[in-house]
Amino acid sequence: MSRAKIISAPFTHATTSVPRTMLLVMLALAPATLFSLYQYGWPAIILFFIILASSLLFEALSLLIAKKPVTPFLLDGSAVLTGWLVAMALPPWAPWWIGVLGGFIAIVLGKHIYGGLGQNIFNPAMVARIALLISFPLEMTFFMQPQPLFAEHSPSFMQAMNLIFGGGINIDALTSASTLTQIKVLQFDGQSIEGATGLVGDLQTAMLGALPGSMGEMSALLLIVGGVFLLLMRIISWHTPVAMFASMALIASVAHFFNPAYHPGVLTHLCPGGFVLGAFFIATDYVTQPVSNTGRLIFGAGVGLLTFLIRAYSIFPEGVGFAILLMNAMTPLIDHYIKPRIFGRSKSGEPLASKQPGGGVQ
Amino acid sequence: MALFEVAGGVHPKDHKELSAYRAILGVPLPAELCLPMHQHIGMAAKPLVQVGDLVSKGQLIGLCAKGCLEGGGSNTAITAPVHASTSGRITGIEMQRAPHPSGLSEIMVMLEPDGADVWGELPAPLDPKTSSFAELVARIQQSGIVGLGGAMFPTAAKLETRTRYDLHSLIINGAECEPYLTNDDRLMREQAPKIVDGISILQHILNVPEVIIAIEDRREQAAEAMRAAIGLREGMKVVLVPTRYPMGSEKHLIKALTGQEVPAGSLPSALGMIVNNVGTAHAIHKAVRYGQPLVSRIVTVSGGAINNPGNFEVLLGTKIGHLVELCGGFSQTPEQMLIGGPMMGVPFSDLEVPVTKGTTGILALTKTEVKPGIHRPCIRCGACIPACPCGLQPQDLFVLVSNEKIEPALEAGLADCILCGACAYVCPSHIPLVQFYHYGKGQALLMRQEVARAKRLKRLADERLLRAEEKARQKKAKQEARKQAIAARKKAQEAQEAQEGEGKA
Ligand code: SF4
Ligand code: SF4
Repeated sequence: MSRAKIISAPFTHATTSVPRTMLLVMLALAPATLFSLYQYGWPAIILFFIILASSLLFEALSLLIAKKPVTPFLLDGSAVLTGWLVAMALPPWAPWWIGVLGGFIAIVLGKHIYGGLGQNIFNPAMVARIALLISFPLEMTFFMQPQPLFAEHSPSFMQAMNLIFGGGINIDALTSASTLTQIKVLQFDGQSIEGATGLVGDLQTAMLGALPGSMGEMSALLLIVGGVFLLLMRIISWHTPVAMFASMALIASVAHFFNPAYHPGVLTHLCPGGFVLGAFFIATDYVTQPVSNTGRLIFGAGVGLLTFLIRAYSIFPEGVGFAILLMNAMTPLIDHYIKPRIFGRSKSGEPLASKQPGGGVQ
Repeated sequence: MALFEVAGGVHPKDHKELSAYRAILGVPLPAELCLPMHQHIGMAAKPLVQVGDLVSKGQLIGLCAKGCLEGGGSNTAITAPVHASTSGRITGIEMQRAPHPSGLSEIMVMLEPDGADVWGELPAPLDPKTSSFAELVARIQQSGIVGLGGAMFPTAAKLETRTRYDLHSLIINGAECEPYLTNDDRLMREQAPKIVDGISILQHILNVPEVIIAIEDRREQAAEAMRAAIGLREGMKVVLVPTRYPMGSEKHLIKALTGQEVPAGSLPSALGMIVNNVGTAHAIHKAVRYGQPLVSRIVTVSGGAINNPGNFEVLLGTKIGHLVELCGGFSQTPEQMLIGGPMMGVPFSDLEVPVTKGTTGILALTKTEVKPGIHRPCIRCGACIPACPCGLQPQDLFVLVSNEKIEPALEAGLADCILCGACAYVCPSHIPLVQFYHYGKGQALLMRQEVARAKRLKRLADERLLRAEEKARQKKAKQEARKQAIAARKKAQEAQEAQEGEGKA
């Protein structure tokens, strides 16, 4: 990184830049985030800022250790965005140390260990989420019914501080399992899930967001709004999200058709915000998805398929995070095999045949 | 005519409105001209004049010893002569830094104009209909004509391909895809009949049935003027191509017009086509019809930091500062000055640098136009891939070259990169990608030379070994022969002795 005088053309540039990209992604995330923060009240707000602050701190420390210029990197927005996505992937009332640990895992283990921005193989926010989920299953599945700011059961600022830093108040009464968890429980018990789907049958609730879940799972609708914004601004290409939705929709509807007692319908799979968040904001992470559009179609389809398999047949109720990490690992392979054809060459890289006996070689 | 899809490319803001409405103006004679002896691809010319010589306008002043003036035949060397741009006195022959990124010094001939600016004795006009192929090509060679689109490849050498390939189409490149530049646009609007005459001469020389004149679809007036000039001429037509960078790259132009791709590592002649620029056609018209060598070219002076942008017919050797003054100077300190367009142009800072045959434009850009950014790591966003017109993976090439992996970079297509800069234009991390590709190509060239040198050394060593062996063999043979001779003699002696002994007995 340098601002050294460029000595080679081009001497003009499109309006794109890394900070602009990061800023637009944050803008796209803002509606869903604000709504979530409102729905979950003070504890969520406090946790959100704890995660952002710790991400920035770990970023600065990592840059110092790596002897990279701190200010320009810190201001490029990537650390804030990573922290933001970690917050979206955690339960909204998690204790403070979960948040700090999340920031640490994402920034240090997820990114800087690999060499910093652009070098990591796995999406840092998902690395943080999955590592925490496996290490602290209790805290990480501690979901509750939304308690909007200023509502009757919503904790005050002080209570919230207590809750996040000390776990002092009894909130057991408010906890609740997420829809996918309820389904998982029934699947394990060998019971038909058809009764349970009534819980999520209400599509409107799922879209607008009044169901228990992670911060980012709150409102599928607002996430879709953000995603469409990113598509319109050409920050992300449609290939990954569309492939993800299409493959999930296809597989889930086929499965549901043949065994409705075990497999929930398509909307149950698509509507809780986790899948939408993953499709528009996590799987589309530039660094960890394939670079080519064809590669992205394969990648997205793979994420959809793996998410379905994990949700249906593993012990985990939610699978988007795992699925994305697994496909992240496939990215170098996909990039290696999916390459565009070079101009004037055949697919295999041989120069095209000349129409002249002499060949017209330069 | 239906066009064909060309993948890749970008749409930079073209800024042509700055100078497109300005008619081509002449330039008052400067106090001094500075004529580099190397204004073309190939071997540099050597000065034929001495300090103090008086020269007339159009007089030959530089020639490569190997560049055969007779021209014609397949032995036309790749070089171009240099002529005095005006009449005057030679005041110096110096080594000076050339307006080129290499920064190498070159021989420059300094010429002080006498103000008369009169042509000297010129070769007689040729009638293309009655002149032979060799005569016409020789005229073009002797007139110092090179590709005026900026490539500076000697035109005569290009036309020679007719003798080796079966050509069927001539494509005239009027697709000026670099932002800011309007020199071809203005030339077409103002001099269409002369350009079309030059094109007919080219068509006659190449003996091709089809001529396509490609013009960007936004240059409606130029297309209209050219259509009017073509009139009812057989086999010649104007085709509008999309305004997109780099449409003016000849291989991509051919793809858009015909759907065919020039095979990697080949020239358009592999497809039976040949591409020439409109400015070149104009120069050919002047050389053939009037015997005038190439002593001037059209230059666009533009950019946000120039007070009055415009288009000028400039004598070769005119210093850039002279033109900038003519345009009212700078309105602010330019962030970047360029020779050529912003996408592929060459930076310069010295206003003493002269205009040469390859100077399509002179730009003085402001900071808002250059949009300099902080160079950050590659975030693998993939934006550069759809931007690349050559189907390359610019981010891959960048990683390979920056890790000094030149071989793998060549395998990944580094040699196919046309250095157009579309990738760097879109890169959100502002990585100077083209700079890396230049470096990689340079390293590859060094490697090739190294290999060639090693081969040559090995051949020499092998030959020496062979010679030594041969010598040893000969020596051995000689020894053998001597031994045999001695043995034979001994035998003979013995036999004689025996005989003698017998005789005695
Ligand atoms: S400079 Fe080379 S790699 Fe970049 S877009 Fe042009 S051809 Fe492709
Ligand atoms: S555009 Fe720049 S940052 Fe994006 S993949 Fe290409 S080189 Fe990397």
